[in-house]
Amino acid sequence: MEKNINITLKIWRQAGPKEKGKFETYKLENISTDSSFLEMLDVLNEKLVRERKEPIAFDHDCREGICGMCGLYINGHPHGLDGETTTCQLHMRRFNDGDTITIEPWRSTGFPVIKDLIVNRGAFDKIIQAGGYVSVNTGGIPDGNAIPIPRHKAEEAMDAASCIGCGACVAACKNGSAMLFVAAKVSQFALLPQGQVERVARAKAMVSKMDELGFGNCTNTGACEAECPKAISISHIARLNREYLKAKFKD
Amino acid sequence: MWLIDSSIGRKLIMSITGAMLVLFLLFHSIMNFVAVINPIAYDAICAFLGANWYALVATMGLAAGFVIHILYAFFLSYQNMRARGKDHYAVSSKQKEVSWASQNMLVLGVVILGFLSLHLFQFWSKMQLIELMHKMGTHADEEVVKLAAKGAHWVQYYFSQPVYAILYIVWLIALWFHLTHGVWSSLQSLGINNKTWLPRVKSISNVIATIIILLFIAIPVCGLLEAGPLFSPNSTYHPFPNL
Repeated sequence: MEKNINITLKIWRQAGPKEKGKFETYKLENISTDSSFLEMLDVLNEKLVRERKEPIAFDHDCREGICGMCGLYINGHPHGLDGETTTCQLHMRRFNDGDTITIEPWRSTGFPVIKDLIVNRGAFDKIIQAGGYVSVNTGGIPDGNAIPIPRHKAEEAMDAASCIGCGACVAACKNGSAMLFVAAKVSQFALLPQGQVERVARAKAMVSKMDELGFGNCTNTGACEAECPKAISISHIARLNREYLKAKFKD
Repeated sequence: MWLIDSSIGRKLIMSITGAMLVLFLLFHSIMNFVAVINPIAYDAICAFLGANWYALVATMGLAAGFVIHILYAFFLSYQNMRARGKDHYAVSSKQKEVSWASQNMLVLGVVILGFLSLHLFQFWSKMQLIELMHKMGTHADEEVVKLAAKGAHWVQYYFSQPVYAILYIVWLIALWFHLTHGVWSSLQSLGINNKTWLPRVKSISNVIATIIILLFIAIPVCGLLEAGPLFSPNSTYHPFPNL
């Protein structure tokens, strides 16, 4: 049932990467429980603009839970308390009248704050550039099903490929480790025939780029899997460990 | 060197040394459990594992494993703290899937290390070390040297004191927490895991951790309860039965 609630927001404000940030408190009244979390922030921003104040900067794009652009640390959870949802798919019906909601940016050395709630996730792009692709000679379009792939491998590769690169794993990890992301990106190719040619080089290049960018060491706490909006399993991390160790022992 | 420079290489070292220590604990706990059942047999094991070349080689390997495991633990934790950054979350939360032990391995490790030094002082320094120093020509009283091979005597001496029995129980509980995460985590770091085996590996690890700790904890518990052939008030055990 739709109803309207009044909430208090504690939001991290930071003018720039080098500026010192702090929490600001905002009160919002008559928020529809049918609105999404980001719509609620839009309402707040419109209010701030009307008051001639600086609106809150936050990342968002598709608002359908598939692009990986949005990402807020809400009440101690990346993407909020709901499991397997992105911030844009979190709705205000999950909150009660009179709640105080604390919103923070991802906090990790690998993801420095650009402004307010926006962090620089360019590090993930650099890891992908290091080897998260398949080099192909472009030619005619290959026939579908020309390459046989066992169903369980196709399924597992697809599960890995569902990673949207939002960075919630790094945000949730007490070690600021990007292992779940890298594991998903290495796994989706390691499981498929198309990924075999660059398999060894890929594992080494992506892991060494991840280490170089200052992400932490995985201690298998599993916080990443628990907070991942796409429920990527840490069994992919075991595969990444396997791929990397095999590659290194081959040297 | 990729075993130092790469995160997965560092974790490999951590998991191999950790797995070594788990195997040692399994051996140690089975051996100790003998003391509860039959003190004389336990003394025989202690005599067998004195300052012999094989026991010394194993001790050296074990010590190296401990030192590397501990050094890497601090090294990894320092890097992880740096990767986390200076800014901390104002609101932090727990996920029910994340075990408390997994988030506190360093703290648990430090607690275990603290007790380990007490343990080495109480037992190792009075047993293998005395024997070794005696063989190398250091003077020691004859009685002290003879007692060095009488493990059950030292077990009886310390664990009949409730203070030490309780301290060891606390220590073993910390060790249990460390192992519940450590055992399966070492397999995960080695890449020996998949979706099907993840819950199985976790369960097997819990069983291993629990077996080790139950075997160990039997001794201080028997000491507290004054039960069994070593601790009961009418115990017939004497380190030198022929005297």
